[in-house]
Amino acid sequence: MERFRAYAMLCAGIGCIEKGAMKVKEALESELKKWGLHEEIYVVPTGCDGFCGEGPVLSFYPDAVFYSIPSVEDVPKLVEEHFLKGRVYHKLTIPGPYHKTDIPSMNDVPFFRYQALRVLRNRGLIDPEKIEDYITRDGYLGLAKALTRMIPEEIVKVVADSGLRGRGGAGFPTGKKWELGLKIKSDLKFVVCNGDEGDPGAFMDRSVMEADPHAVIEGMIICGVATQSHKGYIYVRAEYPMAVRRLQKAIDQCYEAGLLGSNIFDTGFDFDLEIYQGAGAFVCGEATALMRSIEGKRGMPRPKLWRSAVKGLWDKPTVLNNVETFANIPQIVLNGSEWYRSLGTEKSAGTKVFALTGAIKNVGLIEVPMDTTLRTIIYDIGSGIKKKGRKFKAVQLGGPSGGCIPEDYLNIFVTYEDIEKSGAIVGSGGMVVMDDSNCMVSTAKFFLDFTADESCGKCVPCRIGTKLMLDILTDICKGQGKEGDIETLKDLSEDIISTSLCGLGQSAPNPVLSTLRYFKNEYEMHIRDKWCVTGVCRDLCTFYIDESLCKGCGACVRACPSKAIIGEKKKPHMIIQDNCVQCRSCWDTCKFNSIKILPLSARKAGEAEIAAMAAALTEIPAERELVEVTR
Amino acid sequence: MSKIKILDLQKIKEKNKAEFELKKDGYRARVVVHMGTCGVASGATNILTTLLNEISNIRLKDVNVIPSGCAGLCAYEPMITIETVDQPPVKYVDLNEEKTKEVFKEHIMGGKPVKKYALVSGNEATY
Ligand SMILES: Cc1cc2nc3c(=O)[nH]c(=O)nc-3n(C[C@H](O)[C@H](O)[C@H](O)COP(=O)(O)O)c2cc1C
Repeated sequence: MERFRAYAMLCAGIGCIEKGAMKVKEALESELKKWGLHEEIYVVPTGCDGFCGEGPVLSFYPDAVFYSIPSVEDVPKLVEEHFLKGRVYHKLTIPGPYHKTDIPSMNDVPFFRYQALRVLRNRGLIDPEKIEDYITRDGYLGLAKALTRMIPEEIVKVVADSGLRGRGGAGFPTGKKWELGLKIKSDLKFVVCNGDEGDPGAFMDRSVMEADPHAVIEGMIICGVATQSHKGYIYVRAEYPMAVRRLQKAIDQCYEAGLLGSNIFDTGFDFDLEIYQGAGAFVCGEATALMRSIEGKRGMPRPKLWRSAVKGLWDKPTVLNNVETFANIPQIVLNGSEWYRSLGTEKSAGTKVFALTGAIKNVGLIEVPMDTTLRTIIYDIGSGIKKKGRKFKAVQLGGPSGGCIPEDYLNIFVTYEDIEKSGAIVGSGGMVVMDDSNCMVSTAKFFLDFTADESCGKCVPCRIGTKLMLDILTDICKGQGKEGDIETLKDLSEDIISTSLCGLGQSAPNPVLSTLRYFKNEYEMHIRDKWCVTGVCRDLCTFYIDESLCKGCGACVRACPSKAIIGEKKKPHMIIQDNCVQCRSCWDTCKFNSIKILPLSARKAGEAEIAAMAAALTEIPAERELVEVTR
Repeated sequence: MSKIKILDLQKIKEKNKAEFELKKDGYRARVVVHMGTCGVASGATNILTTLLNEISNIRLKDVNVIPSGCAGLCAYEPMITIETVDQPPVKYVDLNEEKTKEVFKEHIMGGKPVKKYALVSGNEATY
């Protein structure tokens, strides 16, 4: 970012927004421009400082003066006094936050400070089961605008210009898809919302459907207007009963209020919408399999000889988008593409919702501008690793189709471009943080287990290839790995990727490839040394107490389920290898770091050998292929 | 609800806003119970019942209780957000029945936010 002399921080909490903060922003920017100050002073929307009663609130940094600006008419005078004449404009000042409550404000709590809510703008504010609440937050104004003041081409254009890309995984430009959907002539067209959300660790779409079902519905109706389609389906897995219930209630309310059905808003436009519940197969999240499932057939992908926008559901033109994609639409139509582009980067505009889970303190649902770094997400918003003493190891993005990103790359943005270069994918937004107690071979095995299980079985490379890969990984984790396994895994990966029909097979090897790229030596140690340094693979480790570190506190004795640890109080303890079941409970419990994880061979080794192994157990450097990530 | 016309949107908005706006002679406080799947799984329904009981026990008419979606911090559920006239909303985390009763007494009835259970005050940024 360029350097600015001063920052004008405008509160963008909903309190201030409701009172016209964005109008103040416009006025301020044009006033600064008038005086040629726009290159020196930067106007940033920020989190809320809790002066909600006095909004819109503006504060200047570094001056630390707080102003309340009830009307845009005050802006010229304020700019003149504060910036041109360099004196505080007392008429509008309010006391600083120190005089308010002693509870931290949104800007003091990193979890909230770095977020910007667009898709989740109504979260925790409205009753999702009341359409009036949604309307109070400007709901259905986007639809009204689309129906009365825009022609379909204009709607498609605003969506295209916004730079919105599909949030379901592939990041395909939404405007392009809609353009095709509009162009194709047909007696029947469909709009389908993908709410299948099958990635392990992902819960973004569920939360959106639960917290703000009307936003998804409004986005779908607008899509109907834009592509001249009159029938929509929301495909939700039956495992999301609360989402299904709230969506159904919202749909019922819409029919009652005439927002669905015939002649919406008296414009002559008709749109019908229904929910289709899926049984929860991962492959049914794939667009073509999903459409088959709605047709009542077995959910299996079809070859992509033509785009779904040309021939989709029942061979009719179909625009299929993700829940989050649709939830973005009403705001884009209402506020314009420029507004949408004010956050994020050129190629990755706007915000993205992530489900932050795993070994992190603040497990939760977040929405950030796409030019936010992984480090900010993990260490500020997520507040770092949960367990004391554990270190960050990698973050898994994109679920079974994605990959792991290690520490070295935490400074990259969560944009489609940057994440892809790191070997992972943005995917639908699942972000699983792993600490150093995670074995990367087992992690890869977990995902392969998932894809091998979820493969629909149609293509040989996916059905058999993933099973073969899983077998090799299982062998490696059991201590039956052989030289050459890594090469075989890579070979198989290439074949599966290049010969599978759908995205499931084409991306299934990614977790293996990305862990191989960053943690190859963990694979090698598993295969060559029969050593899983994290102690996850039970057959590849020996637990051993370093007597010089053990304080004899007895915590491990109590934690051990198989009475394998002996020793007197305050004297170094010892593990009886024959009783040990390698459950790692002692290692998890020990506060003095005295339990060491040695290779399998240590179980039968003599004292001197063990001491040598323990000495060799310094930090294991990860063998990483360094990639330049430029922006 | 009868069929909505475009001009009705603004009317519904204003009416709904006026009805639920916090003011001294209307609703004095608003309590949002965060009830996504995560909230409900960690006991939000119980928190809601507790609040409603407290309110009906003393026949309070000027406190508006709203069930809503997840507030984002699934790890700290159950959560509620309390907003009173003249004060920014305060988010309370990791609640149980006792804590809820205490917060109800101190913050809603007494007007004093309970710092020990509070995580943050203010509104989230939406831009
Ligand atoms: C195996 C597989 C699973 C998928 N699962 C989902 C899913 O759960 N939700 C989703 O929106 N997209 C999923 N997709 C992507 C969809 O095929 C499709 O690209 C997307 O829904 C299009 O919407 P968008 O352009 O709004 O992202 C999956 C793709 C594959 C190959």
